[in-house]
Amino acid sequence: MNISNQEYGELAKRRSPASSMYKTIPMAFVIGGIICCIGEGFLNMYRAFGLAEEQAGMWTSITLIFISALLTGMKVYDRMAQHAGAGTLVPITGFANSVVSPALDFKSEGYVLGLGAKMFVIAGPVIVYGISASIIYGIIYYLIKMI
Amino acid sequence: MAVCEGKTIKFSNAAITSFAAVVGKIESQGPYGDEFDEIVEDNKGTAETWEQAEALLQTKALHHAMDKAGLAPENADLIIAGDLLNQCTGSSYGLKDFYIPFLGIYGACSTFAEGLLLSAAMVNAGYVDNSAAVTSSHFSSAERQFRFPLNYGGVRTPTAQWTATAAGAAIVTPALAPPYIRAATVGKIQDMGITDLNNMGAAMAGAAYDTINRHFKHMGTHPETYDLIITGDLGEVGSEMLYDLFKRDGVELKSRHKDCGLMLYDRERQDVHAGGSGCGCSASMMCGHFLKQVKSGELKRILYAATGALMSPTMVQQGGSIPGISHAVEICYK
Repeated sequence: MNISNQEYGELAKRRSPASSMYKTIPMAFVIGGIICCIGEGFLNMYRAFGLAEEQAGMWTSITLIFISALLTGMKVYDRMAQHAGAGTLVPITGFANSVVSPALDFKSEGYVLGLGAKMFVIAGPVIVYGISASIIYGIIYYLIKMI
Repeated sequence: MAVCEGKTIKFSNAAITSFAAVVGKIESQGPYGDEFDEIVEDNKGTAETWEQAEALLQTKALHHAMDKAGLAPENADLIIAGDLLNQCTGSSYGLKDFYIPFLGIYGACSTFAEGLLLSAAMVNAGYVDNSAAVTSSHFSSAERQFRFPLNYGGVRTPTAQWTATAAGAAIVTPALAPPYIRAATVGKIQDMGITDLNNMGAAMAGAAYDTINRHFKHMGTHPETYDLIITGDLGEVGSEMLYDLFKRDGVELKSRHKDCGLMLYDRERQDVHAGGSGCGCSASMMCGHFLKQVKSGELKRILYAATGALMSPTMVQQGGSIPGISHAVEICYK
């Protein structure tokens, strides 16, 4: 080849279009915002049913997770996500989707070695580092409190 | 530094006697939807899993090609086939019930050209009377193996390509009628240092450039010698890069060039980003469209350079880059 890898890499970069942020960021904001508004609606509804603040919040999460799992199974969630991007990825609904989608996909390899083993293939790292970060945060918080 | 030039193999006695393509639903809704031999509407047919569905595509494609050639399994000498899945699952499971001598190959999306090239060599040398080149890819089985679960809400980048749900089969025999296989250049592995899993076109363009260039040199030809130069699945990014690479040598390729990845789908209407990919992409476009045109004499001389990204997810996770390869087969009416 009469071209160096560096030159080739520059050529590739020039010819590779980037995501159009002026479109993706507002979409993520709007759809993510709508999901949060729906959550807020459920929260108010559960409060109106007379649930305590903490319980109302818990039921809101459960409801959103259920709806997201259902939409994933109905093959609607990933289609929404193509337009919403981080708007469907970041809220709790995205987490539910990341658990349900491999579970559905790997069911064909059986309930133990397929579904069971692969269910957390995407969510696993988030859980591992989420818990690790919370422990570190807890230690720092403890030390600051001591001072 | 001295560089290995390789050789362009010339054939005097090899032709593609019959060919057939089977595609899935989205492919059937593309611009060449009515040219394929069979459409599997739900992408699964009678299969229960996506891997079985891919195997079924190969079974169907070979059946169609053998029917057209009037070739019974007991008279078939050889199948050379491969696909994208680990252990070439689509080929071994899809072709097992034919009980025909089988050679499995892996060239990623360049597999169909590799199969044609090897078939032509075996037939031309007189070792076999016929040889079938078969390949497939399936969007759902490929996504499962290489990327994310099907219903995961991840966003595809603009440079990502869509793995075609398609299979192609061609039967090569001694030369009686067109399309004739006249020459072939075996590709070299080209690692251009591309590491982006979602930019296969960029990883393969260098390999396509090298193989096509060497083919021109050895045959004493140039882009204008051919009616068309057809690449496999460079997509939009890879095709543009290929033009750029030739432009550096003062060669204009664009006016003679077609890329199967840019043809299989209607990119305005179908959300496939930079274009189609997968072994089945160029195999189905060749067997569904281009070979018919060479057979009728509409196209007199074409160069089919299928391109493959020899990507290992493990190596990429370990920080490695994606090597590409491209094999070229020259197909003529005369």
